[in-house]
Amino acid sequence: MTQWKNFVKGIVSENPVFVMLLGMCPVLGVTSTAMNGLGMGVATMFVLVMSNIVVSSIKTLVPDKVRIPTFIVIIATFVTIVEMVLEAFLPSLYEQLGIFIPLIVVNCLILGRAEAFASKNNLVSSVVDGLGMGVGFTLALTALGAVREMLGNGSIFDIAFVPEGASTFILFILPPGAFITLAFLAALFNRMTRAAQN
Amino acid sequence: MSKPKSTLINMVLVLLAITAVSGFSLGYINEWTKGPKEATRLARKLAAIKSVLPEITNNPAEELILLPTGPDQDSLECYVGKKDGATVGYAVSTYTKKGFSGLIRIMVGFTAEGNIVNTVVLEHKETPGLGTKMKESKYKTQYHDKNPATFDIKVTKDGGEIDAITGATITSRAFSEAVQLAYDALVENKVLSQN
Repeated sequence: MTQWKNFVKGIVSENPVFVMLLGMCPVLGVTSTAMNGLGMGVATMFVLVMSNIVVSSIKTLVPDKVRIPTFIVIIATFVTIVEMVLEAFLPSLYEQLGIFIPLIVVNCLILGRAEAFASKNNLVSSVVDGLGMGVGFTLALTALGAVREMLGNGSIFDIAFVPEGASTFILFILPPGAFITLAFLAALFNRMTRAAQN
Repeated sequence: MSKPKSTLINMVLVLLAITAVSGFSLGYINEWTKGPKEATRLARKLAAIKSVLPEITNNPAEELILLPTGPDQDSLECYVGKKDGATVGYAVSTYTKKGFSGLIRIMVGFTAEGNIVNTVVLEHKETPGLGTKMKESKYKTQYHDKNPATFDIKVTKDGGEIDAITGATITSRAFSEAVQLAYDALVENKVLSQN
């Protein structure tokens, strides 16, 4: 498998959100605006790439029976580092993402890639896999956030396109809107990828 | 190189090593980010005080008084703002636990007479796009230049004079309650009448 194919699979054929339906907790929970979706996606991508690097480099040293606890410790360490560094040096971004960052630890996408890919492949492939999956995850979250923000708040990336006070579908910002939007986007995405294959 | 077997000793050693490395690196990074983190927090607090009491010339962090108030007698932090030595207002860091998603912390600025100057939300978990509109001027200017003694800052649904945010009545109600708590703390501790 070429590295390019390895990268693209995370965005299209194995898109973590629309195809594999992994990491649904942040997908549903934080995508009420496009900006939140993008921020969460980028933070997740960073942790994913870093944990793939470490997991792939120590894969020959870890006994099979303790591999999951080892992966969790590695992921939790990186998440905590991200949180501390953001709070200290990028306070405005931290303010936006503050409550979502600890959620990255429980994102099964990251553990899934550590277990299914990084623990079986070499360093370079694992980095590329992390980047591809991260980009796929970020795009999906941003798309979901953008649709919900447009319908629910009449704006995109905080730029309003309806007059102030106009009535919008508040439902789409609330939790049920996340499920509805995700279902429609996943259906559309699978329809398009299938049409492209035929 | 083949994987080590899953014997007890191997598993214990690997887990010990990985948690030790993780612990040491987190400890190191914590030390390294401690200073900047505290500086950031202080700067945010000072910026909040500055924006709720724009006229002041002193360093409000040096003029902190604690106001015990509320049902559980929690102390609210109150920063005295001075201009050329004379007290011009108070910045009170107040809170409510009745937000849509729990705790909301707000910095409220009062003039020496008790009129609300401005409010800044310090901490919250409200729904983005709904409850977060409490930060927007359309909503919060309703409080400006009002004295809670003469102007009922409850939302209209509760018989007050504040128009709640559409779709976020609970947030608006909580916001009003926090502002009222700050005012009550000033009155109860006789801060306002001292001047």
